[in-house]
Amino acid sequence: MSLGLAHFLVLSAVIFSIGVIGVITRRNAIIVLMSIELMLNAANLALVAFSAFRQDPDGQIFVFFVIAVAAAEAAVGLALIMLLFRNRKSINVDDFNLMKW
Amino acid sequence: MQIELSLLSPQLFLLLWAILVFVVDFFTAERNKASLAYLSIIGLVLTAIISISSKQGETFGGSFRADTFGLSFNIIFLGSAILTVASAVDYVKAHLKHQGEFYGLILLSTVGMMFLSASGDLLTLYVSLELATISLFVLAAYMKSDLKSTEAGLKYLILGAASSAILLYGISLLYGISGTLVLDAIALKLSQMPTVGPLFILSIVMIIAGLSFKLAAVPFHMWCPDVYEGAPTPVTAYLSVASKAAGLAALIRIFFKSLASTSMQWVPLLMAISAMAMILGNVVAVRQHNIKRLLAYSSIAQIGYILVGFIAVSELAVTSIILYVLAYMFANIGAFMVVIAFYNVSGSDDIMAYAGLSKRSPFLAISMVVFLLSLVGIPPMAGFIGKFYLFSAAIEKGYYWIVVLGVLTSVISLYYYMSIAYQMYFKTGDDDSPVRVSPTMAVALVVALAGTLLIGVYTQPVLSAISGASSAFF
Repeated sequence: MSLGLAHFLVLSAVIFSIGVIGVITRRNAIIVLMSIELMLNAANLALVAFSAFRQDPDGQIFVFFVIAVAAAEAAVGLALIMLLFRNRKSINVDDFNLMKW
Repeated sequence: MQIELSLLSPQLFLLLWAILVFVVDFFTAERNKASLAYLSIIGLVLTAIISISSKQGETFGGSFRADTFGLSFNIIFLGSAILTVASAVDYVKAHLKHQGEFYGLILLSTVGMMFLSASGDLLTLYVSLELATISLFVLAAYMKSDLKSTEAGLKYLILGAASSAILLYGISLLYGISGTLVLDAIALKLSQMPTVGPLFILSIVMIIAGLSFKLAAVPFHMWCPDVYEGAPTPVTAYLSVASKAAGLAALIRIFFKSLASTSMQWVPLLMAISAMAMILGNVVAVRQHNIKRLLAYSSIAQIGYILVGFIAVSELAVTSIILYVLAYMFANIGAFMVVIAFYNVSGSDDIMAYAGLSKRSPFLAISMVVFLLSLVGIPPMAGFIGKFYLFSAAIEKGYYWIVVLGVLTSVISLYYYMSIAYQMYFKTGDDDSPVRVSPTMAVALVVALAGTLLIGVYTQPVLSAISGASSAFF
């Protein structure tokens, strides 16, 4: 059995779901950031798979930009988590409750 | 492929000016940092002039298009940046460190939004949206030692990044279905398809969900009140107008350009979001005691009104949205200016603290009333004309019930907006020392007042200026 487009898409959907569940359920801010990275990479996988199966390079170029953007986002995110840790000695998102939802 | 860089001149100019602000910041003594605000304003005004005078067209194979639609939104982004920076001078001097970078980041975010409104493909759209938002993550957490501000920054970052990941996944599915990233080509591909599959519906739902986060539309609004309350007030003002306008520009670019032929699939979804935003925004706003939170919920409701026009998917929809966002820009940033001016003196965002403001500063009080009346949509303010056009766009397509809902919820909004006016005019506070307004702030307030009143009275020139905007889509 050869690998088809569907295999890649299912894998990407599974990774994306793991990322979404991670963002919603995990309480450690760093793990939440990692889950967001999972979501982005799931989208990257889908882009590359579509791009490869359609013989169209646009999707793969898109992925390079997404990687760069994700790096920028992670840099800002980690800096913010550092800042919060200095202020409160905690990175548990449940502790960040000064303002009610 | 012929590349015409001159079409990008406004964006590139502002980008260079932002770098200039960062560089000049190095050589400026701490006590002179406020001059960087004026440097930024000069840059923004020059960019507006360049935007208006530069020619239109498309380049990079349709990835970048300079048209009247993009120009109208650029003016809105630049206008809100100018008003924000002008109102921020005293606040930033008193409360924030690293003043130069504050202004530089606002300019960078504006550059991202200007690229966004000119994007002709999904790649440009995604990257420029991120440039606009990542700068705002930093700005929201700008008071580094303030617990609320950093908390707001992290909440905004987590929900903003997660939402752009959802948007990206939707984009990747749309790319998979149509095989291209260029918006025109997607429209062509979709019109050739006989039916749409479940994958297409999923991609639309994810794109709408991702962009609704940026707009703070219900049910993706939960970050909005917290971030608005915690962020430095000028950043809140900028977020509530420019960031929302950017989300709208992206929404219009994708949905009116690429997905117009499938509007049957997504109009009901947006209609539901619009109805929920109007109801929840207006009802919850009634119970707020903090003025920034109240304006946050009111901005959620405003997005509901804008989406009423959006679902018409017509020429009138584009025109009315631009007109309304323009009116909303003057009124909402104006209201936040009063909040900033008051906070500079009193250090409070509590609505109770506004008691007796009409005696302490008649100018601030009357400006606030004008801005709030414009937000409700009372003639002759600009908000009335904007709402009138939005609702007539929806009526033209026969969506009566949502217009009725819009009018009814506007009545609720009158109650909580006027409760602020009631505090200012009919209550007396403990403190009756006059509230001093700095000259820069006063000028900015007068500009916002003039915008709010003039657009309401002289609508025709504005309408004729933006009438070409819809030609990009229909």
